[in-house]
Amino acid sequence: MSAFVIAAIFLGFYMLFCLIRVAAGPTVPDRVVGVDTINTLVVALMVLLGTFYRQVIFIDVAIVYALLSYIATLYIAKYLEGSPW
Amino acid sequence: MVIFIYVLLGIGVLFNGLGSFALLRFPDVFTRLHGATKCTTFGSIFTILATVAYGFWGLARGVQGDLTLAIHALLALVALLLTNPTGAHAIARGARRSGVLPKRAVVDAYEGYKYEEGKE
Amino acid sequence: MRSVITGVAAFIIYLLLTMESGSIGLWSPEELITGAILALAVGLIGGRVLGKGGADYKKLLNPRRWATFLVYLVGPFFFAMFRANLDVAYRVITGKIKPGIVKISPGLKSDLAVTLLGNSITLTPGTLTVDIDKENNFYIHWINVRNPKPSPEEVCGRFPRWVRRIAD
Repeated sequence: MSAFVIAAIFLGFYMLFCLIRVAAGPTVPDRVVGVDTINTLVVALMVLLGTFYRQVIFIDVAIVYALLSYIATLYIAKYLEGSPW
Repeated sequence: MVIFIYVLLGIGVLFNGLGSFALLRFPDVFTRLHGATKCTTFGSIFTILATVAYGFWGLARGVQGDLTLAIHALLALVALLLTNPTGAHAIARGARRSGVLPKRAVVDAYEGYKYEEGKE
Repeated sequence: MRSVITGVAAFIIYLLLTMESGSIGLWSPEELITGAILALAVGLIGGRVLGKGGADYKKLLNPRRWATFLVYLVGPFFFAMFRANLDVAYRVITGKIKPGIVKISPGLKSDLAVTLLGNSITLTPGTLTVDIDKENNFYIHWINVRNPKPSPEEVCGRFPRWVRRIAD
């Protein structure tokens, strides 16, 4: 069904908005918010593409990507706090 | 059934777009987190539900391999639902503790609150 | 005990991921053996790390709590989430905001309940958890402040009652 790939193109287009925020954000947390939003969009996009191409491996990669990007976000947030861990 | 899947995809794409647009529209980190977290989580739920509906539809028609697709997509949805709000909370706390103040705030109960170094 | 629960959970997730691979039920024997070995390793290593709040693990085995959790998830939580998104859409388009950080004390005790309420607050109308202190007071960024010193009901509705029934 080609509706899935059309939706995926839309999601890719939205990542440009987030990239503008990452490039222009006045403070560091602004950029982190942009990157975090891109992570969520990438997971949704991978699931849609996996359905379109009928490849289950895409969705497996999406699960691992969601968990790893979450850990990266936590790490950056801890670094921003400046507290030891 | 096809129309149902189209509707789910449409709602998902609409809310994802709102979330990304909120990033550009709002004035400071906390309000941007509002838009980004809520809208993209909700939109991703609907896009993934479209995949799940497609998978179960394929199972009903007897196509091989569609059940695997639906179950993996559901696991991705669970991972997303667990991690997304926690990540937003972590960013908000990091931003506030590193000294970013909310703009145009009418009240700030956090002012003067001292956290102890290295403890949760 | 904790190790056993962690290992069983890991085995179930492995079985879900490798469905439709063979002839024993839906699985092939190789996948079953690999999954059992991996679940054993995960249980032995992860049980010590994950189960710091010891009493929380017993709550996870109670089926009534799971049933309440599912009802909560598809009923009030999903509805509040839908309302939250319409609210944010309205604010994105008109730009009317009146933000502030407020403090509420819902009086929860266990870590599990605090986590659940914090995540629920983040995903529902106009609120975002910023910090939680040692007495489990929540510091919440509210996008439309109506009252500088609110009660928990004003910020998050009936969620504290549901969460107390599920996890406290």
